[in-house]
Amino acid sequence: MKVWHSYRLRLQRRRWRIRAFRKRRELRAVADRSATIRPDDLLVFSTARNEGVRLPWFLNYYRDMGVNHFLIVDNDSTDGSRDYLAAQPDVSLWHTTASYKRARFGVDWLNWLQMRHGHGHWCLVVDPDELFLYPFCDTRPLRALTDWLDASSIRSFSAMLLDMYPKGRIDAQPYAAGQDPLEIACWFDAGNYAISRNPRYGNLWIQGGPRARVFFRNEPERAPALNKIPLVRWDRRFAYVSSTHMLLPRGLNLVYDEWGGEKASGVLLHTKFLDTFGHKAEEELARRQHYGGSKEYIAYAEGIRDNPELWCSWSEKYINWRQLEILGLMSKGNWA
Amino acid sequence: MSVGIIMLVHTALDRAEQVARHWTRAGCPVVIHVDSAVPTPVVAAFRAALADVPTILFSRRHRCEWGSWGLVAASQDAGTLMLATFTDVQHVYLSSGSCMPLRPVEELVAYLADRPRTDFIESATTSEVPWTVGGLDAERFTLRFPFSWRRNRFLFDRFVALQRAVGYRRPIPEGLTPHMGSQWWCLTRKTLSSILHDPRRAVHDRYFRSVWIPDESYFQTLARLYSDTIESRSLTLSKFDFQGKPHIFYDDHLQLLRRSDCFVARKIWPHADRLYEAFLGDGAGQGARAEPNPGKIDRIFARAVERRTRGRPGLYMQSRFPNWSWENGVTAGKYSVFQGFGDLFQDFGDWLARATGAQVHGHLFARDRAEFADGQSVVSGALSDSASLRDANPRAFLTNLIWNTRGERQCFALGPRDNVWINWHIARDPNAQVSVISGAWAVPLFKSDRGFPELRREAAALQKIEARMLDELRAPDVKARIRIWTMAEFIEAPMEPLQLIIDEIGPRQPRRLAEAPRMEDLTGFGQFLQNLKNQGMHPYLMGDFPVDPPPRHGQRPAKRPYLVKKSG
Repeated sequence: MKVWHSYRLRLQRRRWRIRAFRKRRELRAVADRSATIRPDDLLVFSTARNEGVRLPWFLNYYRDMGVNHFLIVDNDSTDGSRDYLAAQPDVSLWHTTASYKRARFGVDWLNWLQMRHGHGHWCLVVDPDELFLYPFCDTRPLRALTDWLDASSIRSFSAMLLDMYPKGRIDAQPYAAGQDPLEIACWFDAGNYAISRNPRYGNLWIQGGPRARVFFRNEPERAPALNKIPLVRWDRRFAYVSSTHMLLPRGLNLVYDEWGGEKASGVLLHTKFLDTFGHKAEEELARRQHYGGSKEYIAYAEGIRDNPELWCSWSEKYINWRQLEILGLMSKGNWA
Repeated sequence: MSVGIIMLVHTALDRAEQVARHWTRAGCPVVIHVDSAVPTPVVAAFRAALADVPTILFSRRHRCEWGSWGLVAASQDAGTLMLATFTDVQHVYLSSGSCMPLRPVEELVAYLADRPRTDFIESATTSEVPWTVGGLDAERFTLRFPFSWRRNRFLFDRFVALQRAVGYRRPIPEGLTPHMGSQWWCLTRKTLSSILHDPRRAVHDRYFRSVWIPDESYFQTLARLYSDTIESRSLTLSKFDFQGKPHIFYDDHLQLLRRSDCFVARKIWPHADRLYEAFLGDGAGQGARAEPNPGKIDRIFARAVERRTRGRPGLYMQSRFPNWSWENGVTAGKYSVFQGFGDLFQDFGDWLARATGAQVHGHLFARDRAEFADGQSVVSGALSDSASLRDANPRAFLTNLIWNTRGERQCFALGPRDNVWINWHIARDPNAQVSVISGAWAVPLFKSDRGFPELRREAAALQKIEARMLDELRAPDVKARIRIWTMAEFIEAPMEPLQLIIDEIGPRQPRRLAEAPRMEDLTGFGQFLQNLKNQGMHPYLMGDFPVDPPPRHGQRPAKRPYLVKKSG
């Protein structure tokens, strides 16, 4: 049975890889600077659609962390972000007009780019509204982490999605390009996350946070998944299955300790809830290109109309990664 | 008189060059061994870069795979070269490319000059130390290890198992007592040359060649044969984590390393620019002549290992999700669960809060919502009172609540009207204090004025649920602190159990309870139960209630039938 299960997953992984290979035709290189990638460079992979206002901060945040090259798929942006990205010296940009949904929400495109360019590299897969935090990120560059992971024979690193939101109405404070989004969205839910194990892929399934508390309080099983494994020492045989929630082979999903200890882990600060959100939710609602028939966005649009505030009196204000460590949202593990 | 430094190098050659120059600037000759896996052009460039320093030599190259003989062979060759070339060297210090001197080299030289006959080498017999990772301690000296542990784990394990199965043991050469310890040593010229020029060296080498991890035992064992004075400790500060790999030092460890007063530390991350600048720069590290004192660093790394192996009790998160019964603390703190108290007493919650100072919630697992203290809809950690969110994962709800309120005792009510799925999770949690007055659920029914058939139906349902709950609490493997009274038992003398529970919750008030919670008026309760019985529904969980209330200690004496009243 176990052997049979492994075999089926192997077939599935092959299917995702073939699919990614076929979807490569949907990508057209706008600025391919991948030839400048050196063997031990740290890479960021991302898809973006009309995220122009976020990109300056996004790129600088990861540059400061020590990321050497960005590989980005632009899903037919109309806000000029394509030209902006194409002009960056450390960005390789691909453009597509194909369906985001039929590329399994961008996973196929990125699986292909990672297969092609990520082999042997530490690859970080993040959206433009996700800011990666890891233990000691204020004093040690990302390479310190990846060197340590290499030395510890760890291939994948977990970083849970932590939804950040402003106090007051989501659309109260306008966000300007280049601004730190955490200046506006600096609040989060500290301890309302429910975890269960996914027996099929071995990953954890985490739900909760403000989205579950406000938008999905009556149907919690539909609340979005918050578990993510964005940082992986990539091999061309690997494949993300569903967003960065889980991958194959299954061993990569075992980012948690099962015998009482804590493995090292980080956090993805999710700065989706800025003033740009309402507009985005409406647009996505019209396009219906998001997961599960865009139910998430339908719920948001309704929730936003009725009660535009995610903040509550027990919301926690973000200070730094050490605060998140103490709250138990991430862990240093045995990295000291 | 000086100290000779042997450096074993395989990566980050630029840093190695920097450290080697630092040693020689202070007058210490250096012999460098470069791993034979490093490409020849790289080595050539490295040698060329250091060609201007006459006191830096390069020894014959070996392949230094982890735990292999190559490391010992490299140390031997480098040591031989050192002793032969630099005749004024009194101590030889074995270090690696990622080691870094933390104190001025002159201090190390002076320290060793004061102890000319002392060998600093960690050396302990295998039977007395529990260090080994992987479980092979004495056996590493008596089995053979032809397969690499790193590259060929499967064959390594199988071959060990095979040798164990057939009872294979190879003899240890005469005169040797196996010792082991950190591979980073500092030996006197006398001891090192005795080891290297031992007439039986060929025998020793042949033997140690197939010992597992010989670099941790070759010099450690042989030094015992020749040394006058062994200080069994390493002068190199080197901490190991639970997998036996060294901890790495980064820029943010600067102050820690400064205060440690250790001579040399490893491993330093090659990109830790601030550390290299601080310790290898000019006039670096002006310290007093203190003995090495790595206490604080020890504690930090010990805590890291503890966190990795045991974790924080009661925490469930993305990188800690323990298997069943491996939680090391099902919840993060102690809490109390009360069943039936709120039914029997009118103001139990308020009274409990006054008596203990704890946070007292209502029925957290009530059907419609979680009844948080003070009627809040959200509590610590932004935990919501939504019943559907809670019931999607009741266990996470409870562990989250207890984790979020660490440091403040939580009390809540549970009863057969609630979502009782959580009951047996509580029962197996050593942090839980569960107090039950069985059958008290009948009091609200007795007080209500609903139709009797409806009450009867509900009573039957509640009794069934509570009976199951009590079974769970009485299971053989429960870990909670559990007390169960029948209602009849409890109202006989309510203060005693209450005092017991309060005392256990906390020593806030070591004195006797001044006030008791107000009990519901139970006049007619016995008759109510009798009515249920008459309808064929036997309530038994509350114990035996007589139909008429029992006379209370002479308060209302029954009429004395034979007393004749004096008529006025």
